[in-house]
Amino acid sequence: MKKLFAFVLTIGLGVLMIFSLRANTLFPEFGDVSIADRISALFLDKSVNGDNGDVVFGQTTDAEDGAANLVTSIVVDYRSFDTLGEVTVLFISSLGVALLLGVAGKQKRLALNFKPNFMLRVGSRALFGIILMTGVYVILHGHLTPGGGFPGGAMIASSILLLYLADDEFRTKVKGFKVLESVAGSLYVIVGLLGLVLATYFLQNFLPTGTVGDLFSAGVLPIVYVLIGLKVGSEISGIIDHFLTEGDLA
Amino acid sequence: MIQYAAILLFVLGLYGLLTNRNVIKIIVSLNVLEIGLNIFIISIGYVSGGIAPILTSVNNTSALLFVDPLPQALVLTAIVIGVGTTALGLAFAKSIYAKYGTFDLDEVEELK
Repeated sequence: MKKLFAFVLTIGLGVLMIFSLRANTLFPEFGDVSIADRISALFLDKSVNGDNGDVVFGQTTDAEDGAANLVTSIVVDYRSFDTLGEVTVLFISSLGVALLLGVAGKQKRLALNFKPNFMLRVGSRALFGIILMTGVYVILHGHLTPGGGFPGGAMIASSILLLYLADDEFRTKVKGFKVLESVAGSLYVIVGLLGLVLATYFLQNFLPTGTVGDLFSAGVLPIVYVLIGLKVGSEISGIIDHFLTEGDLA
Repeated sequence: MIQYAAILLFVLGLYGLLTNRNVIKIIVSLNVLEIGLNIFIISIGYVSGGIAPILTSVNNTSALLFVDPLPQALVLTAIVIGVGTTALGLAFAKSIYAKYGTFDLDEVEELK
């Protein structure tokens, strides 16, 4: 009876959504979108504070925002305040996990069902380095290529997870992660406050933006994305550590 | 048309949320719902024939036809928050299991 009620309710909601979207002339057909009518056209041309013309890769210098990856230019520059809030949400959720699962005193990690042999141990160490390097590369090139602080941080955390699963004696230093996380989070706010002091607004880009497409370009964007990458990586690693340890029974 | 498929995914996740009483299944339903929403937001920004909004040495000018980068940036935010809520939900599930020995919320209410 309850299932039938839920079925009718969800089907009704879906039908309502589809028909109201179909009847709405403002809702675009799939793919039939004109970017020029949207605010995104200003983000694409980097012309939010005035018309700057087209941006050309490798030639345009001192643009309003120097990132070649236009999604990054929105995430960490035009809407950086949103990202600060998002990082805060992630921080609160990792704090919640630590409160729910963390236990005082000595902790021991979950035992593996098998004894890892020499090959698995050495191979996972080698793979750990490669995954970590890829994560660092993705974070550093967040303003040029797809990726950035969030996927790069997740890659760093996945390398830690690999070591947990392949080595039965591995434990991370959770305190080190906590310190890294708080330092990175505070530095993000400090970069924002520097924008307030040296430029006009909170989180405004106060460094020269350089040539679009260079590694050292886009002002504070790479700095902020490195901080986000460190913060996300240490937070997710801390969450993994909390899930894979339990209180000492003794 | 793919937008309506995303709505289908959303509705499927909502149905799972309403009917399931197992904590793990509730979290999975929440994730399905979230993926449907993310696909829907991304699909609003799609432009026929548009390329990914990244300037490279090949696609080197912003005068080209790009897809809308704004929904992608919003979905990036939503994905990260989804990871956070999923981790918190799984932590709740783990502590419920440690206390009651079951994931089923009906059984938990009986045991109380």
